[in-house]
Parts: sequence; C-alpha cells; structure tokens
Amino acid sequence: MTHQSVSARTVLETIWPAVPILMALFLITMMLMLVSSHSPLAVYDALWQGAFKDSASTFNTLAFFVPLLFCATGLLITYTAGLWNIGIEGQMIMGAIGASWIALKVAGPNPNLSPLLIITLEIIVAMAAGALWAALAAVLKTRGGVHEIFGGVALNSLAIIATNYLISSPWQPPSGGSFHGTEEFAESALLPVFGNTHFSPLAFVLALIALGIVILMLRGTHWGLQLKALGKNPRAAFLLGVSSERQALYSMMFCGALAGLAGAIRVLSWFGRMPQSVSGGIGFLAILIVLLASFRPVWTFIIAFIFSALLQGGAQVHLITQLHSSLSGIIQGTLVLFTLLFGDFRRLFGSKTVEEPEVS
Amino acid sequence: MNDSQVVNILASIVFLSVPLMLAILGETITERVGVINLSLDGTMLLTAMAGFVVAFETEKALGPSPADIPDTIPVLAGLFVAGLIGALIALLIAWGGIALKQDQVAIGFVLTLLLAELANFLGQRYTNLRGPRVAHLPIPVLSEIPLIGPLLFDHDLLVYGTLILVFAVWWFMYRTQPGLQLRGIGERPESAFVRGVPVNSLRYLYTALGGFLVGLAGAAFSLDVKLGWSDNHISGMGWIALAIVIFGGWHPLRGAFGALLFGVTKAIANILQTTYPAVPTVLFNSVQWLLMLGVLLLVGSDFTKRLISVLPRPMQAPLARLLRIAPPQALGRTFGQES
Repeated sequence: MTHQSVSARTVLETIWPAVPILMALFLITMMLMLVSSHSPLAVYDALWQGAFKDSASTFNTLAFFVPLLFCATGLLITYTAGLWNIGIEGQMIMGAIGASWIALKVAGPNPNLSPLLIITLEIIVAMAAGALWAALAAVLKTRGGVHEIFGGVALNSLAIIATNYLISSPWQPPSGGSFHGTEEFAESALLPVFGNTHFSPLAFVLALIALGIVILMLRGTHWGLQLKALGKNPRAAFLLGVSSERQALYSMMFCGALAGLAGAIRVLSWFGRMPQSVSGGIGFLAILIVLLASFRPVWTFIIAFIFSALLQGGAQVHLITQLHSSLSGIIQGTLVLFTLLFGDFRRLFGSKTVEEPEVS
Repeated sequence: MNDSQVVNILASIVFLSVPLMLAILGETITERVGVINLSLDGTMLLTAMAGFVVAFETEKALGPSPADIPDTIPVLAGLFVAGLIGALIALLIAWGGIALKQDQVAIGFVLTLLLAELANFLGQRYTNLRGPRVAHLPIPVLSEIPLIGPLLFDHDLLVYGTLILVFAVWWFMYRTQPGLQLRGIGERPESAFVRGVPVNSLRYLYTALGGFLVGLAGAAFSLDVKLGWSDNHISGMGWIALAIVIFGGWHPLRGAFGALLFGVTKAIANILQTTYPAVPTVLFNSVQWLLMLGVLLLVGSDFTKRLISVLPRPMQAPLARLLRIAPPQALGRTFGQES
C-alpha cells in the first residue's frame, strides 16, 4: 500500500461519519417532497425558526436541553455497564411524581416555607423516586431473570398509568377535568427560571456538574473501571471479582436518580404542574443521543443540544405547516439508524492495520 | 352470566388474540433462526397504518363494492402490503446484523421509536375514518356445533388462516427436514454450516417470513380486530408479543397458547372492571403490564425449577420438559465463516 493511498484512506475515515448523516437528511428531504405541499426548505426553515427565532425560543431550546442532558449523562453510566436502560422514561416520570408530591403536599399548604428548602426537598425526593424505580428494573434483571428491556418497558407503562391515576383521582384539581393534570404548583415550589422562559439556570449548572462528574468517574475512578470491565466482558469482570449484580444495581440507580431529577425539572420549570404526559419522550430521545454519540461524553453534549433544538423546532413546524409534530422524531430516529448501520468505517471497509480474513 | 354469554366471551377471546398470535408466530420463526427483531412495536404500528391506508385507498379507487361482495380486494391489498413492509423491516435488521455486523438490539430499538413516529406522521390524514374490514364468514354446518362452533368456526378468514398457520408452523418446525434445519441455524450455526446448510441465506429468508407475519399482525388489528387508525393505535402490543415469545419458550404452539392466556386475563380484568366500578378504570390498564412482568419472572427466575423439584418424582421430568424455556443458543449472534 502506497503512502498516498493510506492518507487518502485516513481522510475518508475522518469525514466518514458525515456520510450516514447526509444519507439520512437526503431520505427525509425526499419524504417531505412526497408527502408535504410545503417545500422541504420551508419545513427546515420552520424548524430553525422554531428553535432559534428569538431569545425566547432559544431559551426554550435550552429548557429541553437540560433534562435531555441529565438523562443522557445517566445513560452513559448504564451503557458503560452494558445495560439497556429502556426504563429511563418511567424513572423520569417517577421523579416528576416525587417532585409534584412535595410541591402539592408540602409547598402547597405551607406558603411560608423557604423556596430553597422546598426545592432541595423536591430534588432529593425526585432523585430517590427515580433511583428506586430503576432499582426495581435492576432487581427484576439480576434476581428475576427479566431482561432490563422488558422490565423497563413494563415499568414505563406502569409509571404512565400511575400518572393517569394520580391526576384523575387523588391529585385531580378542584376545578375538575380528569386528564388535564394537577393544579398549578405554588410559586415557592417552582425552580427560578430565566425571564419569561422555561429555562432554569440552576438546573443547567447542575446538569453540567453531573456530566463533569460522570466524565471524571469513567476516566479515573475504580468504579468507572469496574463498569467498563463489566460492559466489555462480563465473564472476565466476574473472574476479577466484580459483582455484576451489585454494579448493575448501582449503575441503574445512578442513572435513575439523574432521570428522576430530569423529571423534576420538567414539572418544576417547564409545566409548573403535573401534566398527563410528563416526559414528552425525552428519556427515549436520550437513548438515541447516547447511541448516536457512541457513548462519547463530548458528543453526547453536542448531539443533545442539536436534538433539543429539533424538539423545540418541531412544535413550530406543526404550527406553520400542519405537518404532524412527530417529524422531529423521524429526523432524529433516521439520523441514529443510518449512523448505527453505516457509521463505523472500519467495520464496513475493514481496518487498515489488521486485515480481516476474506469472507467468501 | 348464562352459558351463551360465556361462550360469546370465549369466542371473542379467540378473535381478539389473532393479531397477537400472528406477531408471536412471526417473531418465533425469526428468533428461532437466531435473529432478534426487537422492532415489533414500531413495525406493527406502521403496518397497521399502512394496511388500513392501502385498503382504504384501494376501496376508494375501485368504487363502492356491491352489497353482496364484501371488500375482499381492498382488504387483501392492505394485508399484503402490510406483510411486505413487515418483511422489509425485518430484512433491514437482519442485514444490519449479518452483513454490517451491527447490534441487532440497537437497530431494532431505534426502529421501534422511528417507525412509531413514521406511522403517526404518514397516517395523519387517515385518523378516525371508517374503512374496509375483513368480512365475517361463519363456516356453514361447522359453526352450528355447540360450543366449538361459535368458538372456532364463527369468525372470518383471517382467524381461520391464523389458527391453521399456528399448527402448520409447528408441524414444519418439528416434523420436517427443513424445519430441523431452521432450528439448527439458531442453535448451532457452525454445525449447520458444516453440513452444507446456507446459514445466512436461510436466516434472511426466515427473518423475512417472520417479518411478513408481524406485518400481517399489524394490519390484522386495523382491518379486523381494532378497526381503523389513530395516533399510537396499538402501541404496546409489540412488546407484549415479544414477551409472550419468551413465555412461550420459542415454541409456536405455546406462543399461541400464551396469546390466548393473555386474552383470557384481559377478559377477566374487563369483567372485574364492570363488577367493581368503584376502582378507578386506569388501574385496570396496568393488568397487562403486571402480567407481562409476572410471566417473565415465572420463566426467568428459578422459581419454576424449585416448584418442580418439590413435586412427586414421576411428574418432574414431563413437567420440566413441558415448561422448558431455553432461548435459541445463537440468538442475536452473527455467524461468520471465519469465526
């Protein structure tokens, strides 16, 4: 192999990740041309306008970014341990329920309590609720032999049913209306937000801290190393004395706590009450983000931001073009699918250093 | 409750279980050759939408059918297109796993989310419409038999076809040479290959066949059991089907039995719901998910093994064989000749 061809190959390998993304965008553009009376450019423009038109929409993009970042950060831990935490949606919902419980039952009747105390309490309860719901999935897996994907799906549905029960029976607002959610929370129960938007700077700082902690933990701690061993080769980890049962439990609970916090942020800064659909698919979206980022923290951060812009812009697209709001989900899903299928240059075309045996 | 009411409920359980049976049958075939199609929940949503839309548009194009001829052609077109879409999706997963060597579970999960969104997006203009449906077709004479008649012979062609298919797949898998091959590919692909079985080609073939049945299952909902289309029309059923495949121990007859059992439990929940109106309705929705966790715990934990070991000795061996749950050994594992 000549020097020239090696470097050309290196260049191709560097820019390769853009190829599946372009393929996905091409396909989506084709689909829009087929099904929509608006030109794809108009749709993309509406997306952009929805996400970044003015400071209000930009801050609302950021308001989606914060819970997404919490969930994606937690998933970095579970994926490192080789676990599919599909149950993250339910963990978010449980966190939201926990925070709402404090907001309705503690902050509501006691208007004189300091907001700092209430918010601290809300966050702690939300994290505990998310962690416990995640622990349930972990125990079902390690003790019950139920794969975490199935446990997660069932626990997600049960969490949604719990929400529906709460807002239609015990937490139903006095004004009635069975599925509209609870009444508005007291002012002291809400996270302070930036201006007239849903963006909470405090939550954003917490999310950055969480991501920083996870990066450091995965890089330089014993626990991070144990999780990596478990994820890469469970049998070897077992032989080295890493208890897979305990690590599975801890990593799920860690992720669940962050997801619970994300749920709390949704009700305490976005909704200001407990609505019927708390998560808005943010937990699943975080799974897509981490898959697309191939579990790299920095890319997780960047993609989470792009996806929250798509999420915020998607609502605007619906208003302008009457296209179904699931469009952003389609864009996100297609990007991830194509990257999963075609993103790995070396798997597609073989490695340049190690020649793989020819398959005839 | 009198006798005819009980018979009616039982007959409706058979009828309502049909789409689930089709999906379970399809996924059982797919997983038996070693491929995991995790996308069932999304695939079935998309094919439910596509099947309905195709049938609806075909009917519109053909003009209203005369009163004595039911919507046979539109319904067949809808079912066929739905099956085809299901097969293509399954092939995509198999291709990603076999040719591109990517994680089938990851691809399947992303497809679950993506296809659900796609179904809602593309089906937007077809929500809450009345369209064609599979025509009711009692079999003369046989449907007059007490109990068995209404239970098995007073439905439509899709129901009869599915019930026959359950046994046909079982017979094929366990009583024929190609069926033995099918099971071999999922258990020991290396040995099968050495014996001259084209492992990967057959994996593609059976995955597509299984996907076709999963696609039919989606359309069986929108054209027969839960008519029409709306956002997230049948979401959740794909996951239930995947769980029952495990509960059924990757066996077509046990899978179909699991689908019926699921129908029975839902029917009981419905009856309880009307008997105890004081209990909030939403709580009854949790029954199917608790059931799913319950059966997976039953087969996943060593509870069953312990239960069998305390039974009288002559019962142990047959019962253990009856309840044996072992996934195909090469499930989700790519087979490459070099390894």
